[in-house]
Amino acid sequence: MNPATLLPWVVWLPLSSAAVLLLWTRIPRVGVTLLGTGSITAAALLTAWLGAQWLDVREPFTVVLWQWLQLDSFAPRIALQFDGLALTMTGIITGVGALIHSYASGYMRDDPHYRQFFAYMNLFVAMMLVLVLADNLLLLYLGWEGVGLCSYLLIGFWNHDPANGAAARKAFITTRVGDTAMAIGLFLLYRELHTLDITGVLTAAPLVWANDSWTPTLIALLILGGAVGKSAQLPLQAWLPDAMAGPTPVSALIHAATMVTAGVYLIARLNGLYLLAPEALALVGWIGAITLLLAGAAALVQTDIKRVLAYSTMSQIGYMFLALGAGAWQAAIFHLMTHAFFKALLFLASGSVILACHHEQDIFCMGGLRRRLPLAFWSFVVGGSALAALPLVTAGFWSKEAILAGAWSNGHHAWWAMGAACAFLTGLYTFRLVFIVFLGREHTHAHDADTVRMRVPLLALMLLSVVGGAIALPLAGVLPDDPAKPASHVPEILAVAAGLAGIVLAWFWYGRGAGVAPDDTPLRALVKSGWGFDALYDALLVRPVYALARVNRRDVVDQVYDAVAIALMGLHRLALKPQNGRLRWYAAAMAAGVVVLLGAATWT
Amino acid sequence: MDMTPGLSAWLLPALILIPFFGGLAAWYAERWSLTWPRWVGLLSMGATCLLAVWIWLHADVPPAVPPHGSPEWILEFRAEWIPRWGVSFHLGIDGLGLLMVLLTGVLGVLSVACSWREIQQYVGFFHLNLLWNLAGVMGVFMALDLFLFFVFWEAMLVPMYFLIALWGHSSRGGRSRVYAATKFFIFTQASGLLMLVGILALVWLHQQNTGQWSFSYAELLYTPLSATQEMLLMLAFFVGFAVKLPVFPLHPWLPDAHSQAPTAGSVDLAGVLLKTGAYGLLRFVLPLFPNASTDFAPVAMALAILGILYGAKMALVQTDIKRLVAYTSVSHMGFVLLGIYAGTTLALQGALLLMLAHGLATGALFILCGELYERLHTRELSRMGGLAHRAPHYATALMFFALASLGLPGLGNFVGEFLVLFGSFSVAPWITALAATGLILAAVYSLYIVQRALHGPPADDTCVEDLTAREKLMMGFVMLALLALGLYPQPVIDLAFAPLAQIANWYALGVPPP
Repeated sequence: MNPATLLPWVVWLPLSSAAVLLLWTRIPRVGVTLLGTGSITAAALLTAWLGAQWLDVREPFTVVLWQWLQLDSFAPRIALQFDGLALTMTGIITGVGALIHSYASGYMRDDPHYRQFFAYMNLFVAMMLVLVLADNLLLLYLGWEGVGLCSYLLIGFWNHDPANGAAARKAFITTRVGDTAMAIGLFLLYRELHTLDITGVLTAAPLVWANDSWTPTLIALLILGGAVGKSAQLPLQAWLPDAMAGPTPVSALIHAATMVTAGVYLIARLNGLYLLAPEALALVGWIGAITLLLAGAAALVQTDIKRVLAYSTMSQIGYMFLALGAGAWQAAIFHLMTHAFFKALLFLASGSVILACHHEQDIFCMGGLRRRLPLAFWSFVVGGSALAALPLVTAGFWSKEAILAGAWSNGHHAWWAMGAACAFLTGLYTFRLVFIVFLGREHTHAHDADTVRMRVPLLALMLLSVVGGAIALPLAGVLPDDPAKPASHVPEILAVAAGLAGIVLAWFWYGRGAGVAPDDTPLRALVKSGWGFDALYDALLVRPVYALARVNRRDVVDQVYDAVAIALMGLHRLALKPQNGRLRWYAAAMAAGVVVLLGAATWT
Repeated sequence: MDMTPGLSAWLLPALILIPFFGGLAAWYAERWSLTWPRWVGLLSMGATCLLAVWIWLHADVPPAVPPHGSPEWILEFRAEWIPRWGVSFHLGIDGLGLLMVLLTGVLGVLSVACSWREIQQYVGFFHLNLLWNLAGVMGVFMALDLFLFFVFWEAMLVPMYFLIALWGHSSRGGRSRVYAATKFFIFTQASGLLMLVGILALVWLHQQNTGQWSFSYAELLYTPLSATQEMLLMLAFFVGFAVKLPVFPLHPWLPDAHSQAPTAGSVDLAGVLLKTGAYGLLRFVLPLFPNASTDFAPVAMALAILGILYGAKMALVQTDIKRLVAYTSVSHMGFVLLGIYAGTTLALQGALLLMLAHGLATGALFILCGELYERLHTRELSRMGGLAHRAPHYATALMFFALASLGLPGLGNFVGEFLVLFGSFSVAPWITALAATGLILAAVYSLYIVQRALHGPPADDTCVEDLTAREKLMMGFVMLALLALGLYPQPVIDLAFAPLAQIANWYALGVPPP
């Protein structure tokens, strides 16, 4: 079979299963499981086969499904483009997606809205695939908004609680702010280049903007707006911790492994554009460097198991942004992949913990779970080691090392230092979490609620978190080569030492578990709230907009017309006054009129 | 003089006469049973709809029109009326008109169908008004004689007044349906008067130049006008259409009329009547007064921005679901106005697609509001909640159309809005960028509706009936139509390409061709 004819099926499988699950309301539960996980597994196997075929030739190809619309030079197609980057992303989405789906079929087994859950999850996978396979930016935008919608639906999945709805809306609207910037970027891009095809843009950009760095910079910045929104980077990061309101498999799939890394993918995909806009690219790096530190610090003081992981995700995506800014393009995608493995593992394992603790999420109410939940414990140890980049034996080490080495080699020593400092924070917050949850005294009566369908994905992801670093990604030709390794091993050793120091310190502080949560000092409360961005945006944006809208609830324009109507009625009444039926009035008025007329006549 | 062989010119008057006589028949049929008028209404609107589809299928659509050519019609019908004044019963249809006629037909069917249970009093007279209103709208979209156009323009008002005043809802402690109907009537009547003055002045100026009295669109197109005359006449026409669209600050009739009207009235108002304003701008204002329109464009675009943001901001704080949806119309029509005055082919196509998609999506939203009112007897968002579990199919439908309204890619509204924005950006980048922020507010109000109506704890424990088969059929049809517009809008684009490209050309060149 020709890979080009099979590629669309990678998208059709999840999309059609989502459609069936949405429309067939009486489908039996076993059907939901088969269709929900089966379609994604089939897509993953298909991707594996496609990848194996493709790796022999390594020739990018495009499949045109149909012409979306055509109007003069505006001619976006519904077309899928396949190359090394697309293969990497598709592999992550379907592969990790299939594992998470399998886990979710166990985790959500008692949920009354099991069918909707898988409908949304499969729709999400389809949209994510559209995002990474789109051959033009308008179709990419369709996938981009589509995953945002599914994220909204799944964060607010337990929608009886208004707080979940609020978290879902916050996620959607915050990312929409970024998306709007991105849309304006696309308008500008189209005006300048008359195309939205990714290949076309990357070909035309260096020719059109040979002597103009201002326009590409502006476009790159606007598109960056979309990327920081989706990827929860400064200044649009505040939605991600709240997004943990969704079921835990959702957090693993959408808010760790795939959707939140879409911003990284987008910038990597448009690398030719960002290379023409060095200032914008530098900003990408700075955003990453600052976000990773702020989020790393915030992760340190969280008490909710999922919020620790959420801030950790934000911080790790910061590494990817840093890598993009530093020109270590392939390292960014490499870290995207390893992060998908170990963060999905951590989230799924935390799901097992949460399920075992009867939906308790406060880590200080857990403790000592090592014996009762051995698989979750070892998942956390393996995933946490990968997250903390434990040298040589974990996938996370190789990818993080590639990023820091790239930053160092390209002379971005400040970013390197920030990345290394955060390696220390990462080691500390990761093992603080592991030790508090699994060591020390038991604070709760947990019982293991995992099914086989949940254990297998954990084991698979554990394996990937260890050996995933050995996967060689076929990114050459799509992304520029990474800078050569630095000659000296000193920076590498320093970064590793920082990570190990964090782990040791965590052992020193939390090695025997923890008692009660520490009191919130003002500083701790500030950091814990994610550095007060929520309060800031609330005061600066949300409340003024609503205050303005509320002041004018009655519509001042309407009241102007009402005033005119009232004034006319008044005049009308005034005009009625003389017509009162009294002869005396009429006679007097007539006499007055005669006088006025005579006066006017004699005057002239 | 029919341009397409095989199609009778009599199809055009038939599009008006079927609903006209259908209305009379529905009125008469009431004496047999209350169901009869409904079936008569449904059949006549269905027939009208099918007729429009028939024309589309058999029409020779010109692929493109040379910029200097005169307008080409797919089908034309002309009969003498008042030869002395150059008035004729002249109908014509091109791609633009045909799409509007089709939209009217589809929403006509939906209006009848959504009133099936809601309207229980004076059923015959209700359908008479509804169908006559639709007949008037059909005429508006086809008239090529300005006198005839004005007749239809007025003819669609009176039945709508009765629809609101007789079958409308009065909100408790708020405004009555008669207030809303009167307000609607005064706004449109006053602006219509201004337009009449404009038409008469244009005809008089044409007579001064040529010695011929004529109300014919094709002849008036070439009336030479001084800059001042053109500007004044353009303004008179603009105000006439701007009230209908509506353009900020001429919108206050809309929230009252939409929220107090019966469901069919709201569907008809939002889906079709607003579009007559946009159609008028496209068909008359831009081609008749291209220079003045170009001069006026910055003002119109500024008003468009104000409408987009003001409408969205008003929607944020509404507690009445119908009023909320009504204000979102103000916002969406701002995009249409922006696209029209940007005047590029891309922007005009976007405006047209948005008109179609908004008609369908907002029409469906009003139908859903009406169904909710039938079940809960309230339009207050605070008294809803939890419908996602109480009425899952209803919830799916409402979610779908809320998403369409916020411009989700894949649905028609997205294609419309983005074509408008892509097309306007080359003309007015800053204004377009500002307009794009309306997309954020659209997300805020759309998700607010979803949250208050569907999610959260229910306001009370009453059992809510889910969608009936009739309602599912209606919603399913509109969903498919919006998906089609969103994923494969090419047939619509091709159909409207020639007339819109011609309008764009006239507008860009600034002078009508000699």
